[in-house]
Amino acid sequence: MNLYRYASPSAFYPLAGKLIPWFAIPATMLFVVGLYIGFFVAPTDFQQGDAYRIMFIHVPAAWMGMFLYVLMAFYAGIGWAFNARLSSMMASSLAVTGALFTLLSLVTGALWGKPTWGTYWVWDARMTSTLILLFLYVGFLSLQSAIDDARRADRAGAVLALVGVINVPIIYFSVQWWNTLHQGATIRILGKPSIAPPMLAAMLILLAACWLYSVAVVLIRLRCIILEREQNAAWVSEGAV
Amino acid sequence: MNWSEFFAQGGYGFYVWGSYLSALILLGGEVILLKRRKQSLRKRGGRDPR
Repeated sequence: MNLYRYASPSAFYPLAGKLIPWFAIPATMLFVVGLYIGFFVAPTDFQQGDAYRIMFIHVPAAWMGMFLYVLMAFYAGIGWAFNARLSSMMASSLAVTGALFTLLSLVTGALWGKPTWGTYWVWDARMTSTLILLFLYVGFLSLQSAIDDARRADRAGAVLALVGVINVPIIYFSVQWWNTLHQGATIRILGKPSIAPPMLAAMLILLAACWLYSVAVVLIRLRCIILEREQNAAWVSEGAV
Repeated sequence: MNWSEFFAQGGYGFYVWGSYLSALILLGGEVILLKRRKQSLRKRGGRDPR
């Protein structure tokens, strides 16, 4: 089987359609399990009371916002360098979901900040760099919609996406590089996490749920973009394949 | 634990439920808008290529 043939939108369209339920259904199940553990199993925090439960959605949202940006820049770059239009369509599809998760991390962060820090917003390094991430997503999307020719829009978007990648390590390390109000990482790649097991479980399960959800909605949107862009191609207009 | 305690979330109900409600609105809204986009494409195109 030649995997490269799936780089063609007409071949990828039906494959994506078959893949979607395999991500959407486990995502729904993990959302239910994660929320159950988060609200009924995880104990009340001795310092923050129940306000800490915002973490279960805030942290996955923030991670997805950063991760989807890197992925979007990667696909946009591949689409530009190898003139692969499906790859560019993937970048456009990722941008919307990435922007939503970034917005969600800012909203939940503000709602968590009020009871714990006494303020919804401060111009702290992590929050400011996350706001810049949201602006990069919005910039990418508006730049693309401002240019009529799809391939030119893809190239312009790729430049913006690739330049903006520099912001992601800035967000990640901001809590170490600057003296910020935002707390440091709870989960480290090396070493033990500093939270109780059920709290960690709820957060990781919701992270997996957000990841599976993202794959599902990005594939659904990708299929819409393929149909919109290829509407004049024979395989779409004739219902072929 | 009773339900009114559960909804109060130790006095942080507004912040906790506000967070999860905004998650529901953003993610649920994304799914609904995508469904509509798909339907309008299907109407315009007539057939769904498979």
